[in-house]
Amino acid sequence: MAYGDSVVIQDLNFSVNEREIFIIMGGSGSGKSTLLRHLIGLQEPARGTILYQGTSSGLWEMAPPERERLLRRFGVLYQGGALWSSMTLAENVALPLQEYAIADAEEISELSSLKLALVGLAGFEDYYPSEISGGMTKRAGLARAMALDPDIFFFDEPSAGLDPITSRRLDDLILDLRDSLGATIVVVTHELASIFTIGDNSVLLDGESKTAIASGNPKQLLAESSDPRVHAFLTRSRETGRG
Amino acid sequence: MIGQEVAEDGTSGVQRVNLEYARRPDGTLHVALGGEWKLGGGLPAPQGVLEEIARPPHPQRVMLETSVLAGWDSGLLTFLLAVVSRCTELGVEVDRHGLPEGVKQLLALATAVPARHARRRATPKPFLARVGDAAIGWRNGWRDTLAFIGEAFVSLLGLLTGKARFRRSDLLRALQDCGAQSLGIVALINLLVGIILAFVGAIELRNFGAQIYVAHLVGIGMLRDIAPIMTGIIVTGRTGASFTAELATMEANQEIDALKTLGIPPMDFLVLPRLLALSLMMPLLCLYADLVGITGGLVVSASMLGISPVQYLEETKRAVGLNHLFLGLFMSFVFGVLVALTGCMRGIRSGRSASAVGEATTSAVVTGIVNIVVATAIITVISYVLGI
Repeated sequence: MAYGDSVVIQDLNFSVNEREIFIIMGGSGSGKSTLLRHLIGLQEPARGTILYQGTSSGLWEMAPPERERLLRRFGVLYQGGALWSSMTLAENVALPLQEYAIADAEEISELSSLKLALVGLAGFEDYYPSEISGGMTKRAGLARAMALDPDIFFFDEPSAGLDPITSRRLDDLILDLRDSLGATIVVVTHELASIFTIGDNSVLLDGESKTAIASGNPKQLLAESSDPRVHAFLTRSRETGRG
Repeated sequence: MIGQEVAEDGTSGVQRVNLEYARRPDGTLHVALGGEWKLGGGLPAPQGVLEEIARPPHPQRVMLETSVLAGWDSGLLTFLLAVVSRCTELGVEVDRHGLPEGVKQLLALATAVPARHARRRATPKPFLARVGDAAIGWRNGWRDTLAFIGEAFVSLLGLLTGKARFRRSDLLRALQDCGAQSLGIVALINLLVGIILAFVGAIELRNFGAQIYVAHLVGIGMLRDIAPIMTGIIVTGRTGASFTAELATMEANQEIDALKTLGIPPMDFLVLPRLLALSLMMPLLCLYADLVGITGGLVVSASMLGISPVQYLEETKRAVGLNHLFLGLFMSFVFGVLVALTGCMRGIRSGRSASAVGEATTSAVVTGIVNIVVATAIITVISYVLGI
C-alpha cells in the first residue's frame, strides 16, 4: 500500500475468519486507516490482492458492478461518524435503503427507527448530526452502517474521542452485533481496553518496519509474544526493545 | 578554573547567573551553575562548556552541579540539553545527581526518544526537473478535469435514461440557493452596472447630440455580454464557492467516502443536482439581470439626459434584437455549467484538511472567473464569425 512513491505498508498477509471480531491495531501513523481504506474499496493497493468469501476474484480485479454488489455487503463506521450533515439521523439511515429500493417509504421509515433504536437512539430520528453528541454520532453512524444488514462491518477507531463509559458501551454494542447478527467485524483501533474486550483475532502494524509484526488473539499475543515491540504496545510500556 | 561566565542585570548591576566549569585531575569536568537561570535575563551560551567537552582528551565524565541555583526555567533546560547531547555524541558520561529533581525529570523526558536523523530534507530540484514536474502536474490536472467532465456527462446521460439517483430535495435546495437567494446581489450589481454604462455613454454621446443612443448602448451591452458576465462572476463567488466549500467539507469529514462505500455515486448524488440547478437558474438570473440593467440605464437617461422612460424603452426595443437576448442567455447557460463543474470538481477533489477546503474554494473562484472570461472570448469570436 502506498501513496505515490511513499510505501505505507508492505508484505502484509492476513485473513479474517467469519463471525469474528478482527482488530487492526498499531500506533499512530502505522497505516491502520490506510489499510481499512483498501479493505473497503476506497483505495487500490499498489500491489497485492484483497479476497472476500463468495467472490471469484480480488476486490480490485473484479468488474465494477460486481465490486459495487460486494460493497453493498459492507457496513462502515467512519472515525468521525461521517453522517451527512444536511440530513436528519433518520434520513441518514434511510438513504441506503431508498437507494436500493429495498422497501416502500413507510417500511423505510420504520426500518430507520428500528436501526436507531438498536443503537439506543430511539426518538432521535429528526435530529441533525450537529445537534447530537460525539458518542451519539458514532452510534448513529453505526445505525447507518447497519442499514443494509451487511455481512461484514468495518469500524474505524470507534472509541476515538469518547469517554471510557461511552467507549465501553460501544464495545458492548459491537459484541452484541457479532452475537446477534452473526456478522464479521473488522475494527481499527489502538485502544487497549477495546482490543482486549472485543478482539478475537488481530494484526499489529508497525510504522517503523512498515509491515505487520504480529497476528493472533490479542490476549494470547500479550501472554506469548516474545517480540518486545508487541509487548510494549500491548502493555503501554516505554520499553520497545529498540535500545 | 577553566572558565567562568557571569551575566548581570543590566539596570542594577546585580549578578544574576553564574557558570563555572573546570577539569579535575580525575578527568571529571565539573560544571557549576548558580543564580537565577531564567529566560529574558541574558543567560550564558553553552558554547564554552561544549568546546571544553570536545577538547581532547575528552573528559571521562561531566558532573553537573547546581547547589547554589536560586531559580530556573526552560533556559536552564536548553543549556543542559545542549551539554547532555554533546556528551552523548562523544560518549562522555553525565553525572546528573547535582541537578534539582524537576530538572532531572524534564531532561530525562527530553532525551527519552532519540532525535530522528533520517529526516527527509527537501533538496531543491534542478531547473529541468522542476519544468518536467510542472508539465506532468499540468497534464495530470487536465486529465483529471477531463475525467471529471466525462463522469458528469455519463451521469447526465444516466439522468436522461432514468438511472441517475439523487434526492429531489437536494435539487430544490440548490435551485433556491442558486436562484431566489441570489436575486438581491444580482439586482444590485447589474443595476449599478447599467447606471455606469449609461453614464459613460451619456458623457460621450451628449457631445454629438446623440444621447438617445444610450438606450442602444445599455440594451445591447447588457443583453449580449455584461449581464451574463456580471451574473456569472457573482454566481462564481457566491454559489460556486459555496458548492466547493460544502463538498470539500464533506470530503474532509469522510461523508463522500460514506456515499462511495454504500455504492451511491457522488457524481449522481452530489454533482448532478448542483449542475442542473445552476445551469437552469443562470439563464433566468441573466434575464432578470438584463431587465435590471436596462432599468439602471433608464434611470440615468430620465434623470440626466431628459429622455422620457417611454422614449427610452421604445428606443431599447428598436435597438435590441432577439439574437442579442438569446446569445446572452446561451452564454449564461454555458457559464452556469462551467461554474457548477468547477465548483463541484474542486470540492470533490479537495484534500482532507481545513486548509484544503480554503485552497479548494479559492481555486474554484479563480478558475471559475478565468473560465467565464475565456468562454466569453470564444463565444464572442464565434458569434462575430457567424454574424449573430
